[in-house]
Amino acid sequence: MIFVYAFLVGGGICVVGQLLMDVFKLTPAHVVATFVVIGAALDVFGIYDHLIEFAGAGATVPITSFGHSLLHGAMAEGHEHGYLGIAMGIFKLTSAGITSAILFGFIVALIFKPKG
Amino acid sequence: MLNDPKNYKENVKAYQPKVPYFMNCFKAFLVGGLISLIGQGVQTFYMHVFHFSKQTAGNPTVATLILASALLTGFGIYDKIANFAGAGTIVPVTGFANSITSSALEHKNEGVVLGIATNLFQLAGEVIVFGVVSAAVLGIVRLFIEHLF
Repeated sequence: MIFVYAFLVGGGICVVGQLLMDVFKLTPAHVVATFVVIGAALDVFGIYDHLIEFAGAGATVPITSFGHSLLHGAMAEGHEHGYLGIAMGIFKLTSAGITSAILFGFIVALIFKPKG
Repeated sequence: MLNDPKNYKENVKAYQPKVPYFMNCFKAFLVGGLISLIGQGVQTFYMHVFHFSKQTAGNPTVATLILASALLTGFGIYDKIANFAGAGTIVPVTGFANSITSSALEHKNEGVVLGIATNLFQLAGEVIVFGVVSAAVLGIVRLFIEHLF
Protein backbone atom coordinates (compact mmCIF):
# COMPACT_ATOMS: atom_id res chain seq x y z
CA MET A 1 0.00 0.00 0.00
CA ILE A 2 2.90 2.35 0.78
CA PHE A 3 3.91 2.05 -2.88
CA VAL A 4 0.53 3.41 -4.02
CA TYR A 5 0.71 6.32 -1.57
CA ALA A 6 4.32 7.03 -2.57
CA PHE A 7 3.26 7.26 -6.22
CA LEU A 8 0.22 9.44 -5.49
CA VAL A 9 1.90 11.86 -3.07
CA GLY A 10 5.14 12.12 -5.06
CA GLY A 11 3.18 12.72 -8.26
CA GLY A 12 0.86 15.18 -6.52
CA ILE A 13 3.75 17.33 -5.28
CA CYS A 14 5.12 17.44 -8.85
CA VAL A 15 1.70 18.55 -10.15
CA VAL A 16 1.78 21.50 -7.73
CA GLY A 17 5.22 22.36 -9.13
CA GLN A 18 3.94 22.08 -12.71
CA LEU A 19 1.00 24.39 -11.91
CA LEU A 20 3.36 26.96 -10.36
CA MET A 21 5.35 26.89 -13.62
CA ASP A 22 2.39 26.98 -16.04
CA VAL A 23 -0.13 29.17 -14.26
CA PHE A 24 2.08 31.50 -12.22
CA LYS A 25 4.93 31.47 -14.81
CA LEU A 26 7.64 30.70 -12.26
CA THR A 27 11.00 29.46 -13.52
CA PRO A 28 12.10 25.96 -12.39
CA ALA A 29 14.66 27.60 -10.09
CA HIS A 30 11.91 29.61 -8.36
CA VAL A 31 9.72 26.51 -8.01
CA VAL A 32 12.51 24.51 -6.37
CA ALA A 33 13.41 27.38 -4.02
CA THR A 34 9.74 27.78 -3.05
CA PHE A 35 9.42 24.05 -2.35
CA VAL A 36 12.48 23.96 -0.11
CA VAL A 37 11.09 26.82 1.99
CA ILE A 38 7.64 25.15 2.12
CA GLY A 39 9.28 21.89 3.23
CA ALA A 40 11.07 23.66 6.08
CA ALA A 41 7.86 25.45 7.08
CA LEU A 42 5.90 22.17 7.14
CA ASP A 43 8.28 20.76 9.75
CA VAL A 44 6.36 22.87 12.28
CA PHE A 45 3.98 20.68 14.34
CA GLY A 46 5.57 17.65 12.62
CA ILE A 47 3.27 17.86 9.59
CA TYR A 48 5.98 16.65 7.24
CA ASP A 49 6.85 13.74 9.55
CA HIS A 50 3.25 12.55 9.31
CA LEU A 51 3.51 12.78 5.53
CA ILE A 52 6.71 10.67 5.55
CA GLU A 53 5.01 8.13 7.81
CA PHE A 54 2.06 8.02 5.40
CA ALA A 55 3.70 8.18 1.97
CA GLY A 56 7.32 7.05 2.53
CA ALA A 57 9.43 7.95 -0.50
CA GLY A 58 6.53 10.01 -1.87
CA ALA A 59 7.51 12.55 0.79
CA THR A 60 11.28 11.95 1.02
CA VAL A 61 12.07 12.04 -2.72
CA PRO A 62 10.64 15.51 -3.63
CA ILE A 63 12.95 18.45 -2.85
CA THR A 64 10.57 19.60 -0.06
CA SER A 65 12.16 16.90 2.12
CA PHE A 66 15.47 18.78 1.81
CA GLY A 67 14.05 21.79 3.63
CA HIS A 68 12.40 19.52 6.15
CA SER A 69 15.63 17.63 6.88
CA LEU A 70 17.59 20.89 7.25
CA LEU A 71 15.25 22.18 9.95
CA HIS A 72 14.90 18.76 11.55
CA GLY A 73 18.65 18.36 12.03
CA ALA A 74 18.94 21.97 13.20
CA MET A 75 16.22 21.51 15.84
CA ALA A 76 17.69 18.23 17.12
CA GLU A 77 21.04 19.91 17.84
CA GLY A 78 19.30 23.13 18.88
CA HIS A 79 17.50 21.35 21.71
CA GLU A 80 20.83 20.08 22.98
CA HIS A 81 23.13 23.08 22.52
CA GLY A 82 20.80 26.08 22.18
CA TYR A 83 21.06 28.62 19.36
CA LEU A 84 24.60 27.52 18.40
CA GLY A 85 23.24 24.04 17.85
CA ILE A 86 21.14 25.26 14.93
CA ALA A 87 24.29 26.04 12.96
CA MET A 88 25.89 22.79 14.10
CA GLY A 89 23.03 20.51 13.13
CA ILE A 90 21.59 22.08 9.99
CA PHE A 91 23.44 19.75 7.58
CA LYS A 92 23.29 16.71 9.82
CA LEU A 93 20.50 14.88 7.99
CA THR A 94 21.13 16.26 4.51
CA SER A 95 24.83 15.43 4.57
CA ALA A 96 24.38 12.21 2.59
CA GLY A 97 22.42 13.98 -0.16
CA ILE A 98 24.82 16.91 -0.56
CA THR A 99 27.93 14.73 -0.34
CA SER A 100 26.68 12.28 -2.94
CA ALA A 101 25.49 15.10 -5.23
CA ILE A 102 28.93 16.77 -5.17
CA LEU A 103 30.86 13.50 -5.43
CA PHE A 104 28.84 11.88 -8.21
CA GLY A 105 28.34 15.16 -10.05
CA PHE A 106 32.10 15.77 -10.06
CA ILE A 107 32.97 12.23 -11.15
CA VAL A 108 30.35 12.15 -13.91
CA ALA A 109 31.50 15.55 -15.19
CA LEU A 110 35.08 14.24 -15.30
CA ILE A 111 34.22 11.08 -17.22
CA PHE A 112 31.42 12.06 -19.60
CA LYS A 113 31.39 14.47 -22.51
CA PRO A 114 28.70 17.19 -22.65
CA LYS A 115 25.83 16.33 -25.00
CA GLY A 116 23.60 18.58 -27.05
CA MET B 1 -1.92 46.95 -31.77
CA LEU B 2 1.37 45.47 -30.66
CA ASN B 3 2.94 48.91 -30.48
CA ASP B 4 0.59 49.96 -27.71
CA PRO B 5 2.93 49.83 -24.70
CA LYS B 6 0.19 50.09 -22.10
CA ASN B 7 -1.71 46.91 -23.00
CA TYR B 8 1.21 45.04 -24.49
CA LYS B 9 0.83 42.07 -22.16
CA GLU B 10 -2.86 41.69 -23.03
CA ASN B 11 -2.43 42.20 -26.76
CA VAL B 12 0.45 39.78 -27.14
CA LYS B 13 -1.52 37.00 -25.50
CA ALA B 14 -3.22 35.89 -28.73
CA TYR B 15 0.17 35.24 -30.34
CA GLN B 16 1.60 33.11 -27.54
CA PRO B 17 1.37 29.30 -27.74
CA LYS B 18 -1.43 27.87 -25.61
CA VAL B 19 -0.24 26.00 -22.54
CA PRO B 20 -1.63 22.45 -22.37
CA TYR B 21 -2.27 22.67 -18.63
CA PHE B 22 -3.89 19.27 -18.18
CA MET B 23 -1.38 17.32 -20.28
CA ASN B 24 1.58 19.00 -18.55
CA CYS B 25 0.15 18.18 -15.11
CA PHE B 26 -0.59 14.60 -16.13
CA LYS B 27 2.96 14.07 -17.42
CA ALA B 28 4.45 15.67 -14.28
CA PHE B 29 2.24 13.48 -12.09
CA LEU B 30 3.18 10.30 -13.97
CA VAL B 31 6.95 10.84 -14.02
CA GLY B 32 7.15 12.40 -10.53
CA GLY B 33 5.07 9.55 -9.17
CA LEU B 34 7.24 6.95 -10.92
CA ILE B 35 10.45 8.47 -9.50
CA SER B 36 8.89 8.37 -6.03
CA LEU B 37 7.80 4.78 -6.66
CA ILE B 38 11.37 3.80 -7.60
CA GLY B 39 12.53 5.66 -4.48
CA GLN B 40 10.09 3.65 -2.40
CA GLY B 41 11.48 0.43 -3.92
CA VAL B 42 15.03 1.47 -3.03
CA GLN B 43 13.91 2.54 0.45
CA THR B 44 12.16 -0.77 1.11
CA PHE B 45 15.32 -2.55 -0.04
CA TYR B 46 17.47 -0.58 2.42
CA MET B 47 14.98 -1.15 5.25
CA HIS B 48 14.91 -4.92 4.76
CA VAL B 49 18.54 -5.61 3.81
CA PHE B 50 20.41 -3.01 5.88
CA HIS B 51 17.79 -2.57 8.65
CA PHE B 52 17.27 1.17 8.34
CA SER B 53 14.22 2.64 10.06
CA LYS B 54 11.51 4.46 8.12
CA GLN B 55 12.93 7.86 9.14
CA THR B 56 16.61 7.05 8.47
CA ALA B 57 16.09 5.09 5.23
CA GLY B 58 15.46 8.36 3.38
CA ASN B 59 19.16 9.25 3.51
CA PRO B 60 20.66 6.33 1.52
CA THR B 61 17.63 6.36 -0.78
CA VAL B 62 18.26 9.98 -1.75
CA ALA B 63 21.97 9.22 -2.27
CA THR B 64 21.12 6.29 -4.56
CA LEU B 65 18.68 8.34 -6.62
CA ILE B 66 21.29 11.10 -6.94
CA LEU B 67 23.84 8.59 -8.27
CA ALA B 68 21.31 7.28 -10.79
CA SER B 69 20.36 10.80 -11.85
CA ALA B 70 24.00 11.90 -12.24
CA LEU B 71 24.69 8.89 -14.48
CA LEU B 72 21.53 9.47 -16.55
CA THR B 73 22.57 13.10 -16.97
CA GLY B 74 26.01 11.98 -18.14
CA PHE B 75 24.43 9.73 -20.77
CA GLY B 76 22.11 12.56 -21.83
CA ILE B 77 18.99 10.55 -20.95
CA TYR B 78 17.77 12.70 -18.06
CA ASP B 79 17.34 15.77 -20.26
CA LYS B 80 15.19 13.77 -22.67
CA ILE B 81 12.91 12.65 -19.82
CA ALA B 82 12.87 16.25 -18.53
CA ASN B 83 11.66 17.52 -21.90
CA PHE B 84 8.67 15.25 -21.53
CA ALA B 85 7.97 15.54 -17.81
CA GLY B 86 8.54 19.21 -16.89
CA ALA B 87 8.17 19.59 -13.12
CA GLY B 88 8.02 15.78 -12.78
CA THR B 89 11.81 15.71 -13.13
CA ILE B 90 12.55 19.10 -11.54
CA VAL B 91 10.81 18.69 -8.16
CA PRO B 92 12.31 15.30 -7.07
CA VAL B 93 15.88 15.33 -5.67
CA THR B 94 17.00 13.79 -8.98
CA GLY B 95 16.44 17.25 -10.49
CA PHE B 96 18.85 18.70 -7.91
CA ALA B 97 21.53 16.18 -8.96
CA ASN B 98 20.74 16.82 -12.63
CA SER B 99 21.30 20.57 -12.26
CA ILE B 100 24.64 19.98 -10.48
CA THR B 101 25.91 17.48 -13.04
CA SER B 102 24.69 19.33 -16.12
CA SER B 103 26.15 22.71 -15.13
CA ALA B 104 29.47 21.00 -14.34
CA LEU B 105 29.43 19.17 -17.69
CA GLU B 106 28.53 22.32 -19.55
CA HIS B 107 31.63 24.13 -18.30
CA LYS B 108 33.96 21.14 -18.59
CA ASN B 109 36.02 22.68 -21.40
CA GLU B 110 37.08 25.50 -19.03
CA GLY B 111 39.10 23.00 -17.01
CA VAL B 112 38.65 20.90 -13.88
CA VAL B 113 39.12 23.70 -11.34
CA LEU B 114 37.64 26.75 -13.08
CA GLY B 115 35.10 24.79 -15.13
CA ILE B 116 33.76 21.79 -13.24
CA ALA B 117 34.43 22.67 -9.61
CA THR B 118 33.50 26.35 -9.84
CA ASN B 119 30.24 25.75 -11.70
CA LEU B 120 29.06 22.67 -9.79
CA PHE B 121 26.58 24.73 -7.76
CA GLN B 122 25.77 27.32 -10.40
CA LEU B 123 22.13 26.20 -10.59
CA ALA B 124 21.77 24.18 -7.39
CA GLY B 125 23.23 26.84 -5.10
CA GLU B 126 19.86 28.51 -4.68
CA VAL B 127 18.40 25.33 -3.19
CA ILE B 128 21.05 25.30 -0.47
CA VAL B 129 20.90 29.06 0.13
CA PHE B 130 17.11 29.20 0.51
CA GLY B 131 17.03 25.94 2.45
CA VAL B 132 19.66 27.01 4.96
CA VAL B 133 18.33 30.55 5.38
CA SER B 134 14.73 29.43 5.91
CA ALA B 135 15.70 26.53 8.18
CA ALA B 136 17.99 28.75 10.28
CA VAL B 137 15.38 31.50 10.67
CA LEU B 138 12.58 29.03 11.46
CA GLY B 139 14.86 27.14 13.85
CA ILE B 140 15.80 30.28 15.78
CA VAL B 141 12.14 31.37 15.98
CA ARG B 142 11.03 27.95 17.19
CA LEU B 143 13.79 27.70 19.76
CA PHE B 144 12.92 31.21 20.99
CA ILE B 145 9.23 30.31 21.35
CA GLU B 146 10.08 27.04 23.12
CA HIS B 147 12.29 28.95 25.58
CA LEU B 148 9.44 31.37 26.29
CA PHE B 149 7.02 28.70 27.45
